[in-house]
Amino acid sequence: MSTKQKARFIISIFFIALIYSCSGNNGKPGTSDAAEKVYVAPGEYDEFYAFMSGGFSGQITVYGLPSGRLFKIIPIFAQHPENGYGYTPETKPMLQTSYGEIPWDDAHHPELSQTDGTPDGRWIFINANNTPRVARVNLSTFETEEIIEIPNSAGNHGSPFITMNTEYVVASTRFSVPIPQKDVPISSYKENFKGTISFIKVNPENGRMNIEFQILVPGFNYDLAHAGKGPSHGWAFFTSYNSEQANTLLEINASQNDKDFIAAINWKKAEEYIKEGKGKKYNSEYYHNIYNDETHTATSNVEKEILVLDPKDCPGLIYYLPTPKSPHGVDVDPSGEYIVAGGKLATVIPVHSFSKMIKAIENKEFISEIFGIPVLKYESVIAGEVEDPGLGPLHTEFDGNGYAYTSAFISSEIVKWKLGTWEVVDRIPTYYSIGHLMIPGGDSKTPFGKYVVALNKITKDRYLPTGPELCQSAQLIDISGDKMKLLLDFPTIGEPHYAQGIPAEILMKGQKKIYELGKNNHKYGLRSEKDAKVEKNGNDVHIYMSTTRTHFKPDNIEGIKIGDKVYFHITNLEQDWDIPHGFAVKGMNTAELLIMPGQTRTAIWEPKSEGVYPFYCTDFCSALHQEMQGYVRVSAKNSSNELKYN
Amino acid sequence: MKNKIFVIILISTILINCGENKDSNSSTGSNNSAKEKLAQKFGLTLYELENGVGPIKEKITLGEISKSLADDGKKLFEEKCMQCHKMDERYTGPALRGVTERRTPEYIMNMILNPEEMTKRHPEAKKLLGIHANQMTFQNVTQDNARALLEYLRMESSH
Repeated sequence: MSTKQKARFIISIFFIALIYSCSGNNGKPGTSDAAEKVYVAPGEYDEFYAFMSGGFSGQITVYGLPSGRLFKIIPIFAQHPENGYGYTPETKPMLQTSYGEIPWDDAHHPELSQTDGTPDGRWIFINANNTPRVARVNLSTFETEEIIEIPNSAGNHGSPFITMNTEYVVASTRFSVPIPQKDVPISSYKENFKGTISFIKVNPENGRMNIEFQILVPGFNYDLAHAGKGPSHGWAFFTSYNSEQANTLLEINASQNDKDFIAAINWKKAEEYIKEGKGKKYNSEYYHNIYNDETHTATSNVEKEILVLDPKDCPGLIYYLPTPKSPHGVDVDPSGEYIVAGGKLATVIPVHSFSKMIKAIENKEFISEIFGIPVLKYESVIAGEVEDPGLGPLHTEFDGNGYAYTSAFISSEIVKWKLGTWEVVDRIPTYYSIGHLMIPGGDSKTPFGKYVVALNKITKDRYLPTGPELCQSAQLIDISGDKMKLLLDFPTIGEPHYAQGIPAEILMKGQKKIYELGKNNHKYGLRSEKDAKVEKNGNDVHIYMSTTRTHFKPDNIEGIKIGDKVYFHITNLEQDWDIPHGFAVKGMNTAELLIMPGQTRTAIWEPKSEGVYPFYCTDFCSALHQEMQGYVRVSAKNSSNELKYN
Repeated sequence: MKNKIFVIILISTILINCGENKDSNSSTGSNNSAKEKLAQKFGLTLYELENGVGPIKEKITLGEISKSLADDGKKLFEEKCMQCHKMDERYTGPALRGVTERRTPEYIMNMILNPEEMTKRHPEAKKLLGIHANQMTFQNVTQDNARALLEYLRMESSH
């Protein structure tokens, strides 16, 4: 095409686009109507924060809604060389487990803390699936403050769902395993393998977690959970599949039974049993890592014991609700009455009624008992079934206006249906293979029902290709009207299994801007530049260094020798928002540091050859940022060069 | 950080444009003194020209130098200021001995409490930003802290 032809072509495309956008295609993706709804003008803020799990990246990513802009990556279970998380001595303890240091995990379900069933913006919790752990992120700093390992668990999938006032974070095991672990034939599955469900107590003041108790359950696969609210407060619900207890070729052997179960657990009853001394102490070693933002340092504590309840000794603790077929998600509606299961192989969405369940328990309408757990009669507890809900229904969120939205994995769509009548009222395709979906507050008592976000697994043909590995994606859908309208696709980091959203205004009130220098209690921290110094003890060299716009102190250090272990303890003396400083030394074998205002971080460097090594600030801090640098001179092991610095 | 560059560009733009600035809070009387004209040019009141822009909006009365208040100020200075300011040499920021003779007490406190607006709007602060190329930062201090720092600077200036 000649330039002229090209120009004509572009102009005609432009006019066609203009005509289309003016022809009443309201809300059709790609039209200006959709663009306007997701446009956030320069300098304006998004209405919601969306916290998405990074899946195999081990992180949480924070996006704005409706713009779909990525704001932050919060490293949790994964090392993050961008800021030194998981590399520095201050943060390495966060990644300690009873298996040693694990710098990665598979993070699935972010869960915001709630007060009276409403997201309160204090903390967000997330699970590590592979090496079972639960983490807590402080939302005033967006930093990981605590990670607790879950013993007697494997595949910490049904986690970390919370109770209505964040009394507990619950965690169930996807893979049943021998408890305690032992060397047995895998074929002895039915005899030796068990599951556990853990209740982690959360301190309402500071968010600190401890595993209050575990419940020993039959060796099924436990998948997801949600706690009751309102009338069902005090109960928590867990899906299970593989009630066949197969241990090979599960895709066939775990799909035999017509119904599996939702386990309904009365945790208030569990508390009573513990008071009565029904719990047994098991020896279980697990790590509990806590970050302190005054010492700017994490510590690892090893716990040795755990309290375990056996349902056989605790009547009334657990009931099984039969649920077709291989249920995946379990979701409780805002009123707390309906318990919706996503039976991934089922042809309907079964909805259980909490009040009918209580009545059925009172009337002892049981059909059998499994390991001392009564199985309730399906017809006695079911409130209704949603017909034609799409293929492979997985998860349900609620808009607070009496509607539920269920993701259908196989048919790649979201299906909207009405609570109470169970009729499907709308459906919209997604691109492609939707897993979870998220409405801000959609699992709480107070959904902010303006958008639903589809979290998709596959993006073939949706974006510019990037080799064999394509991005994964989220889709923003307007649910403010009768019909769902697709507004926006945006790529995500890692696989966004689940997400939670919260109005920005709830979070913004609590944001921390700086760490107060006067409260810096780091062992090697500085509160004033006059305290900058270098100390040598044997082969350990501790450099107490300060940073400020636009210099390090000290900035020239001599007398370091081969074989020395050099600790750069760097305190950022700034007390101004948005002024971190960075630090890196040539050839350092770990990561750079990013040090927030008032914070102390340590880089460990073991120079291997003689010479003079520059270090510099990596985070552009001011007009004289480029001048922010220094040198370390490294001499031979037997050199007589004395330690000096300025 | 990148927005800091933006701020610098913005300041330069303001510097270039300030000749045309028509905003003025000062009196429009015909017998403007040179100072009033200068204030008008920068969109400041005469008080602001002499005493800076910030939370200190009225003249304060100073007594004898208080040793204990100055000692509090010294501690704060060492924690929050000395990484940029020395008494007798230019460092990241200007040398500070004698500053209490060059500036009014109110100006000094406003500079401590409101440095970003000062370097945007006040001609003297703008001039120093040009020389040092480093934005002075608000170091998370209270008005009482600023008063203590002023006392310390008064004590140092009297040596």
